[in-house]
Amino acid sequence: MAMEVTQILLNAQAVDGALRKQAEENLKQFQEQNLPSFLYSLAGELANDEKPAESRKLAGLILKNALDAKEQHRKIELVQRWLSLDPTLKAQIKALLLRTLSSPSVDARSTVSQVIAKVAGIELPHKQWPELIGSLLSNVHQLPAPTRQATLETLGYICEEVSPDVVDQDHVNKILTAVVQGMNSTEENNDVRLAAVRALYNALGFAQANFSNDMERDYIMRIVCETTLSPDVKIRRAAFECLVAISSTYYEKLAPYIQDIFNITAKAVKEDEEQVALQAIEFWSSICDEEIDILEEYGGDFSADSDIPCFYFIKQALSFLVPMLLETLLKQDEDQDQDEGAWNIAMAGGTCLGLVARTVGDDIVPLVMPFIQENISKPDWRQREAATYAFGSILEGPSPEKLEPLVTMALNFMLTALMKDPSNHVKDTTAWTLGRMFEFLHGTALDTPIITPANCQQIVTVLIQSMKDVPNVAEKACGALYFLAQGYEDAGSASSPLTPYFQDIVQALLTVTHREDAVESRLRTAAYEALNEVVRCSNDETAPMVVQLAPLIMLELHNTLENQKVSSDERQNELQGLLCGCLQVIIQKLGSSEPTKYHFMQYADQIMALFLRVFASRSATAHEEAMLAIGALAYATGPDFAKYMTEFYKYLEMGLQNFEDYQVCAITVGVVGDVCRALEEKILPYCDGIMTQLLKDLSSNQLHRSVKPPIFSCFGDIALAIGENFEKYLLYAMPMLQSAAELSAHTSGADDDMTEYTNSLRNGILEAYSGIFQGFKGSPKTQLLMPYAPHVLQFLDSLYMEKDMDDVVTKTAIGVLGDLADTLGSSAGPLIQQSVSSKDFLKECLSSDDHLIKESAEWAKLAISRAISF
Amino acid sequence: MAPHDLRRPFKRPLISDQEKRRQQSLLRQAQNRRDAQNHARFLASTALSLEQPHELEPEPELHDELIPDSEAPESPKELDVVEASKLKGAEARKWFAKQLMHPEWMIDIPENLSQDWFVFARPSGKRCFVVSCNGTTISRLRNGSILHRFPSELPNGARRKDSSGPAQSYSILDCIFHEVDQTYYVIDMVCWRGYSLYDCAAEFRFFWLNSKLAETGACEPPSHYHKYRFSLVPVYCCDQSGLCAAYTGSVPYVKDGLLFYNKHAHYQTGITPLALVWKDENCSQYVMDTDSKGQVPNQQQVVLELQEGGKLCTSDDPPVVFGCLDGGFMHESELHSGCLVRFAIGEGGLVLVDGKLEKADLNYLGKANRARASADSFSKVMFQYSVRHSPLRIDDLLGSVNSAADESNKVCDIEMDG
Repeated sequence: MAMEVTQILLNAQAVDGALRKQAEENLKQFQEQNLPSFLYSLAGELANDEKPAESRKLAGLILKNALDAKEQHRKIELVQRWLSLDPTLKAQIKALLLRTLSSPSVDARSTVSQVIAKVAGIELPHKQWPELIGSLLSNVHQLPAPTRQATLETLGYICEEVSPDVVDQDHVNKILTAVVQGMNSTEENNDVRLAAVRALYNALGFAQANFSNDMERDYIMRIVCETTLSPDVKIRRAAFECLVAISSTYYEKLAPYIQDIFNITAKAVKEDEEQVALQAIEFWSSICDEEIDILEEYGGDFSADSDIPCFYFIKQALSFLVPMLLETLLKQDEDQDQDEGAWNIAMAGGTCLGLVARTVGDDIVPLVMPFIQENISKPDWRQREAATYAFGSILEGPSPEKLEPLVTMALNFMLTALMKDPSNHVKDTTAWTLGRMFEFLHGTALDTPIITPANCQQIVTVLIQSMKDVPNVAEKACGALYFLAQGYEDAGSASSPLTPYFQDIVQALLTVTHREDAVESRLRTAAYEALNEVVRCSNDETAPMVVQLAPLIMLELHNTLENQKVSSDERQNELQGLLCGCLQVIIQKLGSSEPTKYHFMQYADQIMALFLRVFASRSATAHEEAMLAIGALAYATGPDFAKYMTEFYKYLEMGLQNFEDYQVCAITVGVVGDVCRALEEKILPYCDGIMTQLLKDLSSNQLHRSVKPPIFSCFGDIALAIGENFEKYLLYAMPMLQSAAELSAHTSGADDDMTEYTNSLRNGILEAYSGIFQGFKGSPKTQLLMPYAPHVLQFLDSLYMEKDMDDVVTKTAIGVLGDLADTLGSSAGPLIQQSVSSKDFLKECLSSDDHLIKESAEWAKLAISRAISF
Repeated sequence: MAPHDLRRPFKRPLISDQEKRRQQSLLRQAQNRRDAQNHARFLASTALSLEQPHELEPEPELHDELIPDSEAPESPKELDVVEASKLKGAEARKWFAKQLMHPEWMIDIPENLSQDWFVFARPSGKRCFVVSCNGTTISRLRNGSILHRFPSELPNGARRKDSSGPAQSYSILDCIFHEVDQTYYVIDMVCWRGYSLYDCAAEFRFFWLNSKLAETGACEPPSHYHKYRFSLVPVYCCDQSGLCAAYTGSVPYVKDGLLFYNKHAHYQTGITPLALVWKDENCSQYVMDTDSKGQVPNQQQVVLELQEGGKLCTSDDPPVVFGCLDGGFMHESELHSGCLVRFAIGEGGLVLVDGKLEKADLNYLGKANRARASADSFSKVMFQYSVRHSPLRIDDLLGSVNSAADESNKVCDIEMDG
């Protein structure tokens, strides 16, 4: 048998397709017929130094895939399968795996370290394989370098795989000790050192206790800093990666080391190879991220509390940091603007400069201005570009008062540069900088507008001209126009300075979308995005032009659908997505006011027919956009949307079944809500199908969890639309709501993400209850809901006791209390009076600062007072 | 343990337009859901509608032909209000002229006055609709014409950045503008932050009015963004103390009679018997109608509309016929159908049989003033008539409130004995 496995594994990698297929089939059969023996054979193959490297490697890979999968439901299956295997067999397999760490074959060692980590990922949380860490640690101290390296890698993978709470502190201490010792300069083997540094990177999350201990932390930090000076570039880079990880995980512990770290990073930025210098810059970007978060939490009120204090590292290092970053700006690559994947030190430095500006605000301005003035007119394009980039970078962060005079002064210069500068690179950055000016310093909320009726025409003319430039420059010009339009978003129906140029702008953008090179540099996407924003910010005066735009975009969509018959490719689908997105924006805009809606409605039939044709393509993005647009159309159309339902229904069902592209599924669920509100009781004939699908979705473990809360909300939408006709679904929907409610009542011990998800789940469940109660209101069948009332009230009570609802959930929850009282009236009176929610919770909500919570609570109070007064 | 990708968004906004579209859709859906939910909540609930509606109508035997069919008149839907808030000029005037709820005059005391009714002293002044929306506030008189256009602290009532909720959401208040202290006294709330309260019982509307108005700062003294002060009117349950308080209590405004609102009635446009006005010399300067010179004429005067076939009708729907003109007289006096005609009520007076008008002694005076928009209502004519002959006095009202209390006591006694 063993010989046979080797051959099959080799055949499975054969060039000959038939042979390969046969081998894959054999492996599948073997696995299905006798899983334990299959896994044991694979482990044996991997452990056997006599076997060919190729078969060993594939054996390890198949073994790894038998333990873990990307899809959550498959992963759970595999974990269960492994746990249920015979312990003796598993012990044998694990022994083979550990033995392989000492194999002379580098491939075998590197493969097995990953397999071991996968097994550990399953077993450690179940308190199995307790001896694993111990035996790995014993490897670290004695064995030859290759085994030490493989063992350290294994420890690293394990730390990546399992959560810190399944490894006890004693083991953590020993792992860290082993890893940090491996990093030490006394370790002569560079491969071992590198493995140790990478292991530390993964183990940092385990080191909470050790970082709280001054001595241990000093030791770890000293070794990490020393490692950044290693002669081996890979090790230096890995050490900086550790520093970056430490900066976000242990920000509050960094104060004693920040001076040293500044010196190390400054040296790396100046002299080291780019891959190391990039990490050194990333350290400061990461510190900026931390401080921006903390300062945001202060909310501008510096006496307020934040969980973590701000140490103002950036502010303190400012006068050294800024010159260092400005220096990097001059190291641009020749063609970085044409290369989507480019990332170099100039880009990293500029990005960091922008983050520094957001962190410190006004203080950065005097440090950057001399550099700009010095370089902006130099003959070398690098200097002009660096100066322009520096200016663009600091436009977010400092106060408008500080920036406005500078921007007003620079505006003309930039407009001229965009037209006249001989360097595409400079023009690209100039257009981007103009966009930043409009994004942050232009809008109805600002006191002194930088754009006036006097210079508006020139700006528009230059941008339109620039849209004819090379694709990357034209793309930035479209972006600038986007923000120019956005600045007038809040102007309401007041006349906008853009109005006279509206037609020209729309025409110019449409022309850009037709450029032959529009697919380069994301140009076409940028043009449609700008067009969308121009539509969103249109007003009463320009609305007629938006009405005229609709048939043009429809024609474009029609053309792509016709072309698709001939050939279908990704670009075609992307374009359909963009066009559907644009139509969605148009529908939403025109549908929001009665006169324009009236004009737009003449296109509704045609537009719907086009959307339905988009569903024939196989692109998830195009589906998503078409679905969103249909939702907007349903909202605008109202009850008349019924006429599209016969045709649309099958796509609605298809969307609800799309587990794979869960975004499409989620959006379809939202559109069901739109359709419910549009059709009201006319949705009834489709409800059996929709409800069946939604219930299936909820029971599936294949569907991404984020879709579940909106499905519950959708129950509420349906119930509200069809009222007492929801009766027939109560039997299925209510138990599902009930068990989901029980699961979501408690979040204890969950992390922030989980708590956020739980709250969105709660909100969905509560919205369902709200819709159901309100839907049944006034019906003779109200009493059907009575049996569910005790549970709903219990759910509200337990949410209140748990004290971790966010504002949205609080508002929905107190509303449900009112809905229950409103619909059930006096028959629920005694139940309501027994609930804590009707007293303490209601009282708290009544005195809430949140306008929406208070409003719901006042309403609930009234409804309850009725229910209990009868 | 793969090294991490360091690239950060470069020269790109953090949020793509697609993501923005997605978020805006979600936002719109959430808002629509909230609206649908709120709409459902604000519809009269089962608990509220239990006592509706037949026993509430006061004295059906008298008003049979006057009580507007509760189904028939177009009840203004929320959508109408949204549309109307965008109307301009003459169209807006026409629409708003029809939107106010007008009380009948109290010629009989409704049953259950003490339990089912509110009472408050009506401020003297100009009745108007106040609409705040899109950063401005507009008040319109009962004929729809604009009284003031001004900034206010009402929701979206002034152009300011900080207002909560969408700027298009409108609020509509039923007010009386009191000249002396330049204050809008709010007597009812019709829409609030985009939510229609038309279909809500008066009890709820008053509750909402009381809790919401003060929150906005609209009751504060005038300021740059708030040109006129708004003020609540003290509303009482119509029991003995409430009625006394409304009648004698001191208020910062000049009283013009008492208004009675049925607690369970929705806001119904036009004349409704579920809101009543009553007055005497103690609580109003204008008990008896005056002529154009401000004098009380010797004989009661009425304005009636001349309809097809010479019929003389009140403004009620359906109209009450007071008499008939012959064709010759009409021709001679250049009267045609649609004219508003003024009459004096002669010695013969008004003769009622079983609450129905049997005969009226009308003396022709001439065409009514052009400013008049419509004929008198039946209840107004009857109230004016009774003021001159056998007025309904405050003691009668107090008596009915007391006797109601007595009755309920009696019922109580019997139950306790049984």
